[in-house]
Amino acid sequence: MLQLEARAEASAFWRYASPVVALGITLALSALLFVALGKDPVRGLQIFLLEPWNGTRAITELALKSTALTLCALGLALCFRSNVWNIGAEGQFLAGGIAAGGLAMWLTMQKTGISNWAFFPLATLAGALGGAIWASITAALKDRFNANEILVSLMLVYVANLLLSYLVFGPWKDPKGFNFPQTVTFDMAIPRLLSGFRVHWGAVVAVVAVVMMWVFMSRTFKGYQLQVGGQAAAASRYAGFSARSTLWTCLLTSGAFAGIAGAYEVTGPIGQLTPFVSVGYGFTAIIVAFVGRLHPVGCVAASVLLSTFLIGGQLAQSRIGLPAALTGLFQGILLFSLLACDTLINHRIRLKAKP
Amino acid sequence: MNEIALLIAATLSSGTPLALAGLGLLINEKVGVVNLGAEGMMLIAAVVGFAAAFHSGSPTVAFAAAAAAGALSAGLFGALVIWLNTNQYATGLAVSLFGGGFSAFVGVEYIGKTLEGRSMHSVPLLGDLPFVGPALFQQHPMVYLTMLFALAIGLFFNRTRTGLVLRSVGENPESAHALGYPVRWLRLLCVMAGGALCGLGGAYISVVYAPLWAEGMIAGRGWIALALTVFATWRAARLLLGAYLFGGVTMLQLALQGAGVDVPSQFMSMLPYLATIVVLVLISSNPQWIRLNMPSSLGKPFYPGR
Repeated sequence: MLQLEARAEASAFWRYASPVVALGITLALSALLFVALGKDPVRGLQIFLLEPWNGTRAITELALKSTALTLCALGLALCFRSNVWNIGAEGQFLAGGIAAGGLAMWLTMQKTGISNWAFFPLATLAGALGGAIWASITAALKDRFNANEILVSLMLVYVANLLLSYLVFGPWKDPKGFNFPQTVTFDMAIPRLLSGFRVHWGAVVAVVAVVMMWVFMSRTFKGYQLQVGGQAAAASRYAGFSARSTLWTCLLTSGAFAGIAGAYEVTGPIGQLTPFVSVGYGFTAIIVAFVGRLHPVGCVAASVLLSTFLIGGQLAQSRIGLPAALTGLFQGILLFSLLACDTLINHRIRLKAKP
Repeated sequence: MNEIALLIAATLSSGTPLALAGLGLLINEKVGVVNLGAEGMMLIAAVVGFAAAFHSGSPTVAFAAAAAAGALSAGLFGALVIWLNTNQYATGLAVSLFGGGFSAFVGVEYIGKTLEGRSMHSVPLLGDLPFVGPALFQQHPMVYLTMLFALAIGLFFNRTRTGLVLRSVGENPESAHALGYPVRWLRLLCVMAGGALCGLGGAYISVVYAPLWAEGMIAGRGWIALALTVFATWRAARLLLGAYLFGGVTMLQLALQGAGVDVPSQFMSMLPYLATIVVLVLISSNPQWIRLNMPSSLGKPFYPGR
């Protein structure tokens, strides 16, 4: 009979092997699903995994999506490591998008003619502020009233969605937009990385953010304090590390990063505010953070993988007529498999004879 | 007068799925397991229930299928958190994300479909009473069943021996284990029962309340149900009242709009979510109150023989 036995020490091998095995399980199940749906599994997986990598345009689109996911996931990784369960990155993403979109709209209406390069830092700042302010609601209610951050941050996702919807259907609607729920098209955009492709300088910001976050997490005392709080709350209290400071640092940081991601999405590829500025980046980023082992560099790799899934889902819809929702299904299976495989980090499977 | 009766009726109806899911989560949490997957389980059950109703034409079959779907998805969650000791929060989130994806995927072919033969329901005799009849006694049977569930669950946990054993599993699994109770199996059983109730809640929305399938139609009710268990300090009767209160908040927006109050509809739609936050703040600001009522092992893994 198979039995799980606790390991004396966490296995470093399985910490990194687990996502690979989980990906293998996900792909195997996906292939089965394709067969069940009467599609050729080889062709299905090819469209899902390889097509998103086919050509320069495809790769720049991957980089675009990975930028948004990485930025959101970086903050979440910090939160989850510190045992702060912020699952409202989607709301913070939208809040950042609203802030930067509002700014861009105002600058457009004022006919300022601001250059893309001058607008770039402004959009970044607006997004960071919007996201951080939105996250600070969760932090304040947890800090002052002990209200559960999971539920509060999640409720605020719905509120942010409705707020965006109110703005684009109401006061921010483009008067010349034939009554479509959208703002004016912005005159400026954050600068593009390559002309002719939608990928923008935000990708560089994301890479810088990864390095900064890695330094913060593994090379600063503050970063260490946060993680002690996450792994051993009692030890952290005994050492006099402030749980309040952890809460605020994590939420403000992750809110700001998610907000920047939202700002770039709105003022980059989209170029206006609409009710559909997010394709669920904030939620997908939760999976990214776990698959990326809550490590900044891992988050980049996981973002690329999950972006492949996102684009693969769209391709599966246009090429072989499967619903784009396939992506969500695969994401869910991936996270499930990952959590199951993670058991092997702290446990080993032993074959035990029946007594 | 008539409007008020209709408002009360609508409140009961919109509170019912919240109550069903909340009661399911209450059973989970009483044995120490917190399942953040409620939203996902409700979505899965909603689409399964709708599909079953669409193909069989029978609401009973729909509810049975939805309960089974809820129990199965909860079973998967349970197997992971109870035997593999995965993090309960992360695994619950996985259920929610998976449920969103699965239901959207399966639901594509049911978008825009309608269920035929919506029947009117009325309790014999009582349903014909003026005012009281339309207000209280013309509901789908599931509404009354939910009230019975609340009563039964409350009595079960507080007045029966088995209920006491289950509470001990939630309060102190090590002691329950030492006394020889199969802690893991009992937890799994309760998790699956909770999933089945969440499933009924999901199906109520897609088969009775809406009745249609739309992607993401649970719209946060699973999460609100989670907040309800805290609000109710893990008591079934209080949870039922809380669910109706939230149902009332949902209906309030319609009533206010009907009365010509000029507030943008989006702000009205925010009400249930804002109310959830307010309620959480009010109830959590007294940590003692939570600590006294919360099952002590809530969210913590249990390793037998350690």
